[in-house]
Amino acid sequence: MTHAALLVLADGRFPAGGHAHSGGAEAAVKAGRITCAADLEDFCRGRLHTAGLVAGALAAAAALGLDPRELDAAADARTPSPALRLAARRLGRQLLRAARASWPCAELDELARWFPKGAHQPVVLGLTARAAGLGAPDAAYCALYESVSGPATATVRLLSLDPFDATGVLARLAPELDEVARAAVEAAGAAAGEGPQALPAASGPLLEIMAEAHAAWPARLFAS
Amino acid sequence: MHLDHTHHGPAAVSADAHRPDGTRRALRVGLGGPVGSGKTATVAALCRELRDELSLAVVTNDIYTREDAEFLLRQAVLPPERITAVETGACPHTAIRDDISANLEAVEDLEDAVGPLDLILVESGGDNLTATFSRGLVDAQIFVIDVAGGDDIPRKGGPGVTTADLLIVNKTDLAPHVGSDLARMAADAKAQRAELPVVLQSLRGESGVAEVAAWVRARLAAWTA
Repeated sequence: MTHAALLVLADGRFPAGGHAHSGGAEAAVKAGRITCAADLEDFCRGRLHTAGLVAGALAAAAALGLDPRELDAAADARTPSPALRLAARRLGRQLLRAARASWPCAELDELARWFPKGAHQPVVLGLTARAAGLGAPDAAYCALYESVSGPATATVRLLSLDPFDATGVLARLAPELDEVARAAVEAAGAAAGEGPQALPAASGPLLEIMAEAHAAWPARLFAS
Repeated sequence: MHLDHTHHGPAAVSADAHRPDGTRRALRVGLGGPVGSGKTATVAALCRELRDELSLAVVTNDIYTREDAEFLLRQAVLPPERITAVETGACPHTAIRDDISANLEAVEDLEDAVGPLDLILVESGGDNLTATFSRGLVDAQIFVIDVAGGDDIPRKGGPGVTTADLLIVNKTDLAPHVGSDLARMAADAKAQRAELPVVLQSLRGESGVAEVAAWVRARLAAWTA
């Protein structure tokens, strides 16, 4: 067990496909909802407490060893948009490839057999953390950080936003991320006793609706 | 990294020469180069030239549209199920070099869906002179520049020009019109690349893509030997 594995897994350069996704930022930028760093902060805060919390709890639950097939079904039920379900599975498949090359183990091989076209990314993330010898809080932190760092880096490209401002947004959200991580881990602990129905089901309806519209655009920079 | 994995299940990494069922996978050839240098036109010409003798497929990496894939579809160089577009999130070089997972999935899905395949062409989105393909994604790479982009590009070098397995200097028919010195481009390329091959090509000329197709055939012969 090494805690430094967390740095490898959380590194934005970990080759798991995230660079091609904006976490809904591209649609929000085009709709005029993100025009500056302050808007980005509001957008990321919304994601953190909705899609982020759900992803964090799923990842923590997978890291605790809950059945990934049940967790994947729970993720499906918590993702109304078919486009977002597809994106989550694609990203899950890409992450699983990188995970199996980095921390090869029977549990990840089994996941690949169950989900040849990919399981939901947070579920794969939790199992990856487990394979790397990390704990449920680490998995939750990774999922939560990704939920806000993706839109932040995408917005730098989409709006030519000052990269220092975008990083400042992430730094200001850090204390809140701590709180949401605690809630996610607590929910995962409850799910270990009561089943996946104990996992949070928060959602940002506009993220889901905009994701459907975005998936139909003929020209876009990001896959989601 | 465990390249020779012993676990069961689908392959963990995909530089492996064999597919999960033990058969040899297709040869993967990457085509990179600056915007507008003729990558898609070269891919289209290669498909027309090779499709009757080989089972082949194409992955395109468009930067913000599906135009390259749609061009190939419109030209009907291959059946639509043999052409896949990968989205690259504004970073075409990332998708072919630093994080190749989406492209690996595209090539594997093509082999699953329409295989067995002999050859998969992976076309990069138009990029800069430093863009090269990861060896984890392709077995050989072609870098395409053109005479209209400036005849000093071979002299400037960069990873694409100096290290690609084949350098194509495209649109040679335009050289007199844009004031490019073909002899100088060829000499500079030779100086940058030592023994690595260079093809000066005009797809409008009589021989078209023939020389590049011959190079691909030779790579394929070496791959299956």
